[in-house]
Amino acid sequence: MPTTAPHALADVTASDSTLRRFLHGLPGVDAVGLEARAASLGTRSIKTTAKAYAIDLAISMVDLTTLEGADTPGKVRALGAKAVHPDPTDRTTPATAAVCVYPDMVATAKEAVAGSSVKVASVATAFPAGRAALDVKLADVRDAVSAGADEIDMVIDRGAFLAGNYLKVYDEITAVKEASGAARLKVIFETGELSTYDNIRRASWLGMLAGADFIKTSTGKVAVNATPANTLLMLEAVRDFRAQTGVQVGVKPAGGIRTSKDAIKFLVLVNETAGTDWLDNHWFRFGASSLLNDLLMQRQKLATGRYSGPDYVTVD
Amino acid sequence: MSDRSTDRLSVFKTYKLYVGGKFPRSESGRVYEVTDSKGNWLANAPQSSRKDARDAVVAARKAFGGWSGATAYNRGQVLYRVAEMLEGRRDQFVREVAEAEGLGRSKAAAVVDATVDRWVWYAGWTDKIAQVVGGGNPVAGPFFNLSSPEPTGVVAVLAPQESSFLGLVSVLAPVIATGNTAAVVTSEKSPLPALSLAEVLATSDVPGGVVNVLSGRTAEIAAPLAAHQDVNAIDLAGADEVLAKELEIAAADNLKRVLRPQPVDDWTAAPGTDRMTAFLETKTVWHPTGALGASGSSY
Repeated sequence: MPTTAPHALADVTASDSTLRRFLHGLPGVDAVGLEARAASLGTRSIKTTAKAYAIDLAISMVDLTTLEGADTPGKVRALGAKAVHPDPTDRTTPATAAVCVYPDMVATAKEAVAGSSVKVASVATAFPAGRAALDVKLADVRDAVSAGADEIDMVIDRGAFLAGNYLKVYDEITAVKEASGAARLKVIFETGELSTYDNIRRASWLGMLAGADFIKTSTGKVAVNATPANTLLMLEAVRDFRAQTGVQVGVKPAGGIRTSKDAIKFLVLVNETAGTDWLDNHWFRFGASSLLNDLLMQRQKLATGRYSGPDYVTVD
Repeated sequence: MSDRSTDRLSVFKTYKLYVGGKFPRSESGRVYEVTDSKGNWLANAPQSSRKDARDAVVAARKAFGGWSGATAYNRGQVLYRVAEMLEGRRDQFVREVAEAEGLGRSKAAAVVDATVDRWVWYAGWTDKIAQVVGGGNPVAGPFFNLSSPEPTGVVAVLAPQESSFLGLVSVLAPVIATGNTAAVVTSEKSPLPALSLAEVLATSDVPGGVVNVLSGRTAEIAAPLAAHQDVNAIDLAGADEVLAKELEIAAADNLKRVLRPQPVDDWTAAPGTDRMTAFLETKTVWHPTGALGASGSSY
């Protein structure tokens, strides 16, 4: 298997012990400082033209997601149409970055967004629990890729990670990366299950060493999803990783981001932590479904001066 | 005893808004001075901004499903409970109404009694209005044809400026009795009885968000409410002629129901059902009874 680890840190993945030594040698996270920093960056007041810019940017970063057992082809087509033209009454509204669906819906989604800039992302690897044999996970990935997925959202094996089998997690990510081929790989850590900030930092580095194109907070299926603090921590990780290796990795907070205000706070975090290089939907995404409606209502408010309401956006 | 009472530090009440079942200060942080009829300072009241109005509408929308979906009987019980709570705070309201409107104690007491009676009156109407304004319609065909009233939705209510308590309840109670939820703008110069009423609502069984109370400059708060796309109707009782016209124009954009200010000389007079029916929609259902049988009837 070709190693995907960047040159500068290539030797740390040589064996389980070197990997463990590296991950446990990462500086510990000052939890209080991290949360205070995230909270203080959340107090910025973003108004008028800056707000309009931020809202359009946020819309263009949304991975419009439907991951329900009850997903039908009709619902996926509707989602695709909404991703291409989020606000049909205002064609200046940017398209979203992608739609995110289960592997069996990739073909339907691909058809729905054909001819637009919207990508199709598919969760894979026994999402959301990730509790399946590697062969099954890889088959899941190949299935999604062959159906035309542009991006693969994989989940790590949290059980192995928490048990300290870092190399197993590493090998799994590299195997999925290989199976993904040209599709960009997003690695979901499920931060709500990792217990500590130190673990989130280790998982971030582990994912990036294994060749992730994106690191993603959560599946949206557990109680604690993306928070400003864990996203800030991951943004610091991608910044430091680029400084050391020259490789840029994207970040995707997912789950629990429902209002424009929240989204703008995350954009402030991106700008102040990783920098403007990440203020682009190639490097930063929001995994969300209801967020888009709130962004559209805020956009309408800015355009007309009147508060909009849920009657003027689609119900999804 | 009297010495001891003068030794105590005075405890002033901080009047606050009532939004979504909570008592926030104005988002803007502003307050304005409220005086009695002779110009003596009574308290500072929060001066709401357009963002408070927006929050109130969000809260009212959130509460609408539960409140409109509750049985009419249940709404009646809840409103009656409000009257019970008002009765328990009678002395406080008598004092506040007397100060706000410059009335003597006995006149203020009469106003408060009339207000409690009004709550009870509207509480009784909750499960009777459907029979009065709805019913079966005779149609030429084998159908049951039934009309029933349904609440309009989120209603912005500008409370009357002069009658700060009885007037307020006379416009608010009919709105919520039928299952609407409300964002109420209090009388601008006498907001205190309304803000105290919010405390009564919070301690009765009215779900948070069904009534949201905003004090401040009526014109400032009413403008965003009238233009708001998620407000379904507006009662302009507290607007003067010029303001009412402006608001009516703003309200036309999403076809809000508008109740124009009606001259009311005497709020104690029997109100009739007009204020309830102003914020009701009629749903008519055609239900086939099946083909007529040989006997001329399918029953």
